[in-house]
Amino acid sequence: MGAYNWNWPILLKEPYFGWIVSGFGNTCLIAVIAWAIAFPLGSAVGLARTTELPWLRLIGTAYVELFRNIPLLAQMFVWYYVVPELLPNDWSQWVKRDMPYPQFYTAVLCLGLYTASRVAEQVRSGIEAIPRGQRHAGLAMGLTPGQVYRYILLPVGYRTIIPPLTSDFLGVFKNSSLALTIGVLELTSQARQIEEYTFAAFEAFATATVLYCMVTGLVILIMRQVERRTRIAGTIALGAS
Amino acid sequence: MFAGFDFDVLIKSLPFLWLGMQLTLQLTVLAVGGGLILGTVLAVIRLSPIKPLSMAVAAYVNFLRSMPLILVIFWFYTLIPRVTGTSVSSFYSVLIAFIMFEAAYYSEIIRAGISSVRRGQISAALALGLTPPQAMRYVVLPQAVRNMIPVLLTQSIIMLQDTSLVYVVGLRDFLTSAEIVAGRDNRPIELYLTVALVFLVVCFSASRLVNLMRRRYSL
Repeated sequence: MGAYNWNWPILLKEPYFGWIVSGFGNTCLIAVIAWAIAFPLGSAVGLARTTELPWLRLIGTAYVELFRNIPLLAQMFVWYYVVPELLPNDWSQWVKRDMPYPQFYTAVLCLGLYTASRVAEQVRSGIEAIPRGQRHAGLAMGLTPGQVYRYILLPVGYRTIIPPLTSDFLGVFKNSSLALTIGVLELTSQARQIEEYTFAAFEAFATATVLYCMVTGLVILIMRQVERRTRIAGTIALGAS
Repeated sequence: MFAGFDFDVLIKSLPFLWLGMQLTLQLTVLAVGGGLILGTVLAVIRLSPIKPLSMAVAAYVNFLRSMPLILVIFWFYTLIPRVTGTSVSSFYSVLIAFIMFEAAYYSEIIRAGISSVRRGQISAALALGLTPPQAMRYVVLPQAVRNMIPVLLTQSIIMLQDTSLVYVVGLRDFLTSAEIVAGRDNRPIELYLTVALVFLVVCFSASRLVNLMRRRYSL
């Protein structure tokens, strides 16, 4: 590397410091809200795939295959440029003119629905990993299918999939960077913008990198504790990755 | 709803979109190949008994896996010209970014595949008088490879989808070409839905094939 002019102090100057803070805030906000959509929806879709009802399983499978086989960026463009055009007239008007922060909410919705397909796969595999005998035993004891899920399958299933669910949460956190393609000023796009204004590329990208790594490390540490607390006696704990 | 769907725009832009698709495929093939080679090297080092080396690789893998791919692309896009002092085409800077990024994921898959072979198998092979390389060649690898190939292929399908992120540096892949036409002809519905459909068909069929293979060759 030749003569690179290091300029770390510039990151502490306004407006650049403010950009990083607001970008980091947006990244976290997008990830958390998208996860709030993805977790319940993904759980529902995953459960649908484990029921005995063929049509419900089909809907679940179709959902997962649809969202998993289209690049996230293409989905982002479809939600942002195509869906508003296909809505009924007055909805379309509202989305285009009156919806607050359209880019932000479009990105959140897109990430939430996409991540739900990944959560669904984890929930399904968590439940399918439980020996079938447990479900049958529950039914034989007179529990309704709903009760079998509530008292037998879900408590065991969720606890075994904490590590992959952690990865999926970190996935949505990292994928929130795709929001920059439709103009949301999150962490990566703010770093990029600082680079364009100040040429302090290394400083800007390194800061963003450190922030991403810190959150990842923190989430992994917390989830390891959660995993330890909720471990099912007699099973081997797998570390979150 | 689809009354105004304009197929003419699609037909006219087909050659342009095909150029983009070629770039997408080229990038995928090169990145998968490079990623596999580097990933194998990383996995072998990670499993080696030399502690500092294996720890360095672990740090590299965890570091890259906690970064968004877009940020990695930006890093290499600005880093490579500064380090080498010459301008590198965005294709190569993106390709290197993909290889470095995917290698981290591939190495974990390969490592898991090798680790999934039970210790007893190696002990048994050694007890039968095979040398360690022979035990690796005839006992461990045939089982490990069968375990990891479906996962490696699935990761490569994800990689194919991820190549669309080259959009952020303006490289004309399939999606970016569609975006250019969509903007030029003001036909976002036709173009983006076509891109989504093409990826859906390709990736869905590919993942079905992987499943079929997994069922046929699994142990």
